Amino acid sequence: MADAGPLPARAFRFATSTLVRRREASVLVIALLLLAYFQSATSVFLSHDNLRNIAQATAPTAIVAVGIVLLLVSGEIDVSVGMVFALSPYLMHYAIDFYQVPAVPAILLTLLIASGIGAVNGIITVRLRVPSFVTTLGMFYVLQGVLLTTSHAFPVPIPEPAQPTIQSWLGAADWASMSWCLLIVAAFHLVLTRTRWGLHTISVGGNPLGATEAGINAARIKIGNFMIISVLGALAGLMEAFRINSIDPNIGGGTRVTFTAIAAAVIGGTALAGGSGTIIGALLGMLVLAELQNGFNLIGISANPYFLVQGAAILIAMIANQYLSRLRRAGRS
Amino acid sequence: MDVLRVEHVAKSFGAVTALHGVDLRLSRGEVLGLIGDNGAGKSTLLKILCGYHQPDSGRILVNGEEVVLRSVDHARSLGIDIVYQDLALINELTVYHNMFLNREKVRWPFLHNRLMRRLATEHLAAMGVRIPDVTVEVAKLSGGQRQAIAVARSVYSEARILLLDEPLAAMGAKEGALILGLIRDLKQRGDVSIIIIAHNYGQILEVCDRVNLLQHGRITYDKTAAETSVAELTDLVVAEYREPPRV
Repeated sequence: MADAGPLPARAFRFATSTLVRRREASVLVIALLLLAYFQSATSVFLSHDNLRNIAQATAPTAIVAVGIVLLLVSGEIDVSVGMVFALSPYLMHYAIDFYQVPAVPAILLTLLIASGIGAVNGIITVRLRVPSFVTTLGMFYVLQGVLLTTSHAFPVPIPEPAQPTIQSWLGAADWASMSWCLLIVAAFHLVLTRTRWGLHTISVGGNPLGATEAGINAARIKIGNFMIISVLGALAGLMEAFRINSIDPNIGGGTRVTFTAIAAAVIGGTALAGGSGTIIGALLGMLVLAELQNGFNLIGISANPYFLVQGAAILIAMIANQYLSRLRRAGRS
Repeated sequence: MDVLRVEHVAKSFGAVTALHGVDLRLSRGEVLGLIGDNGAGKSTLLKILCGYHQPDSGRILVNGEEVVLRSVDHARSLGIDIVYQDLALINELTVYHNMFLNREKVRWPFLHNRLMRRLATEHLAAMGVRIPDVTVEVAKLSGGQRQAIAVARSVYSEARILLLDEPLAAMGAKEGALILGLIRDLKQRGDVSIIIIAHNYGQILEVCDRVNLLQHGRITYDKTAAETSVAELTDLVVAEYREPPRV
């Protein structure tokens, strides 16, 4: 621990002084430094089994973080996504085991319902002008209530029609969730940086009035992004259930998935104020958090101080962001 | 024939009546100056004409045909474009993305960035707008450069009716001259009609053919530039302060 402190701290100083432009680059440097440190501290860090562990810890939350970045960039937030994450395996279970829906349509139905939840979040926020934090806080508890009443808080096994092929493709196989995660990160990185949807997402977050004056339908963009994050949350929840081979009401640990995803986005360089953010940064931010947790386990530190480090990482990342944007402003011609 | 006619257009926001029934006309190639005190309803009128606000009552005719301007996009499709007072630029985006905001060139599913960069560079150069590069973020530009980008964007859209809401505010003398020169160029082309809001009556009379005064949500004065003077316009706008305030 005494050695772990200065190293990330030095890494952050290095990052803030030299990597002003590419925000993802500084997070990548930190991820690599952590990797080098943990490998030198314990030789098993880079073993196949452990890399798989890190990948499995990173992937589902990183998928949620992709949605968080889109939403933060468009100037909104969703704290209910962690409950969509927990509810979606049950929705699949209800469809298959109670209504005899075949596995694939049941999964598609689950994603469809999730998009509906996102649409409700979006419509309440945009049309009724309830701040999205409050909207989705309400939705969080509503979904938790639905989850606990309908499931009686009992875990259930993965429905048989989904075993074993779908289960392994969607999360149980060693690298399944990471492959999906990389695919989703790559796709949404392109969406955010190379498509009209991404440009308009940045616009409504950066200058809401200006964007609508230019004729951009801000409501459509925001509601769409609420729907995207809910679908991603549901998909990630299904993957997690398939991986742990059980459908459990505690999947995602209530607020844990949401908050870890927000932490990953923020550490990756996404501003809460809207208008800027990077999806690759969020993936790297999540990787840093997973490395820390995994490395702590390996070197035998209790899990408790992990949150201390995660908290410090968020604060340092935010302070660095403020500092960097001041530098950028100062560099104005 | 008038390219634009406004008849008895009224607009309220809650309890506040911004426009009481405005009548206004604009002929082809004409530059109309719209003056009036703060809060007279000038910006509201332009925001109705560009499709951003919908009027409560009244008629709008474009080229003699009555239209209901449903949205900014719809007005744009009829050849009406606007430069807002706040410019409607997105600081986080590059100059060329701002130039093409909401009318991006697309090679599905992706943005055609190379084409937009080239067109933006050519267009700005042709208009004499000097910026370091079209790939810089708008946040890094000066107030005058930003204004020039916003005007250039509207001109680029091939608008037939151009609405300029205080295009000369926040501008240095040199940059102001650039915008005035731009308006004169457009006037010479003869196919663009312009409504311009400004508070500098000297500049208004330099480029406008006609001046309208908007007072308390109504047009109360309509004269050609030749018939009026800076002194008269100033007198008109400040006159109400010398009289007891109207209820």
